[in-house]
Parts: sequence; structure tokens; C-alpha cells
Amino acid sequence: MEKVVFKKPKYMKEVPFHYCPGCGHSIIHRLVAEAIEELAIGEKTIGVPPAGCAVLAYDYFDVDMGEAPHGRGAAVATGIKRTLPDRIVFSYQGDGDIAAIGTAETIHAANRGENITVIFVNNNCYGMTGGQMAPTTLLDQNSTTTPGGRDKNRDGSPIDLSEMLAITRGAVYIERTAVNSVKNIRKTKKAITKAFKVQMAGLGFSLVEILSPCPTNWKMSPIDACRRIDEDVAQTFPLKVIKDETS
Amino acid sequence: MTIKTKKGRIAIDSKLCKGCYLCVSVCPDKLIAISGELNEKGYYPAEFTETNTGEDRKCTGCAMCAVICPDIAIEVYRG
Repeated sequence: MEKVVFKKPKYMKEVPFHYCPGCGHSIIHRLVAEAIEELAIGEKTIGVPPAGCAVLAYDYFDVDMGEAPHGRGAAVATGIKRTLPDRIVFSYQGDGDIAAIGTAETIHAANRGENITVIFVNNNCYGMTGGQMAPTTLLDQNSTTTPGGRDKNRDGSPIDLSEMLAITRGAVYIERTAVNSVKNIRKTKKAITKAFKVQMAGLGFSLVEILSPCPTNWKMSPIDACRRIDEDVAQTFPLKVIKDETS
Repeated sequence: MTIKTKKGRIAIDSKLCKGCYLCVSVCPDKLIAISGELNEKGYYPAEFTETNTGEDRKCTGCAMCAVICPDIAIEVYRG
């Protein structure tokens, strides 16, 4: 008897993704939807998409979704969670969103120990607007605003937002993973599931930073973009559990 | 004694495929190839080739292609 071992998760709509070929966003959408399905929290989950490539995430998730102004995902999620404390609230943000314009909201939400989950997608650039330098752009990385590479003296160094958040007292669980290989994708799903469990147990702020390929703006093939994460990006942003106060 | 081998099958939705070929790169048995025909979006989609390789390579239904597929274009069956 043949059985289905892999299909579209229940909480993803039958809508084709608008993302570029090889984009990590749609993999991460799927992992979030799979985690929601496995934890059986689909009927009480509320998502908050960002401004950026993932702004249309509400078209893809079949759970309740809001929409935050640029960078304010953690603030909007805080409001939803405090008004409806029995719901599971997650905010989904890119690196330009969370690490540039939304830094203040994010740090204070973490410091207050808001009981929300943040999915932080780090692709080292402003993807939607055409690949400008983001705070997370690596040194020597070419972008449309750093032709010739990001220069430490001129543009500063990449920001380690997850490490910064880990020193706040309210953050409970912070892990950095990637979606560039089957093994890393499986680890990412475990991390997302754990982050939701932290929230379900009412422990406090949880965040998963996910290194994601952006083949279009990195100007390389999807396979090379996945390789770049191992060779370059993970050297600057090492994959590890940054903070875990659950045990 | 017979060795029980896992048998699997995948179905690629060529309409959803954007031709990133990550599935081609992860298939341990190299059973996925690039189609010669454009799809509606204008990409050359990936296609499952177990039936036409003529060799003794069989899909085990490991689902690695589906796990890495960014567009959820692959369904995996095992049995």
C-alpha cells in the first residue's frame, strides 16, 4: 500500500509562491507551517509578516495573519499576544526589517521577555528593493550600495543581532540555523518547533535566526548560494544555540 | 533470504517548479533531471527520470528532494 510521506503542510494555502528560484523564504514558510501542524496549534496561531520579500506571507499561511509596519513585527506581536494571551503569536521578519529599522522594537520586546516567537530570516541584504547593503551584509560582500565590497571603515561591520538579544534578560531561547542543506533544514524545523514550545509553555521570548540564500541578489545560482552559506556566511554568523534557558 | 528494499516514487508539479535544481543536487540516486520543455512560468522544470533511465536505480522515497524544494513542488510516496 503506497502512502504519502511528503506533501504540502495543512496550514499552507494552495497558492504558488512569488519568490525567486532557490529562495529560502518559501522553505522557511513551509517549516513554520509544518511546526504549527505538528504542534496542533493552527486554530490559535496568529502570524505577523514583515515589510520585505515576505510581505505577502499572509497569502501563503492558512492561519490568522496581521501585518506590521516595517520593522515593527515584535511590537505588533506584543500587542496581539497581550490582548489575546491564549494565542500563539509569531512574527516573521527579514534582516533589513529586524536588524535595521526595527532594532529598537526587537531589543525591547526581548528584554521585556514578551512571550512571542520571532522568525528572523537573514539573507545579508535588502532583497525586495534590489540587494542594497543591510546591517547584516558581510565584510567584502558586493551589494548595489557597496560596490567593491563592504568596507569596515566606511560601512561598519555586520551586526550580530541574535548575540545582542541573547544578553537581554527576557530572552529565553535563541538559535541560529540555516536552510542551505537537507540536514540544516531539518535542524531549522526542530529549532522552530522548540521556539513555539517555549511560547506554549509561557517561558518568554524565543527567536530563531535562519541564514537563507538569496541567489538573485547574491548574483549566483541557487546551488552556489547554498554553498556560500557554508563557506562565507556561517563563518561570520556561526550556526549554534546562542541562548537556551529552557532546561 | 530476501533483502527488503524501500521503494518510493515522487511526483513533481512542473507548473510550480522554478528550475532552481536544488532537488537535482541532493538526490542520492541522481534520479532527477532537467526537462527539455519550458513550463508556463518560462522555466525548465525538474523531472523524475526513474522510468526512463533504463538502469537499475530506484527511488527509495527518502524525500530529500522534497525537503529542499523551495516551492513545495514535490510530493513523495513510499510503499
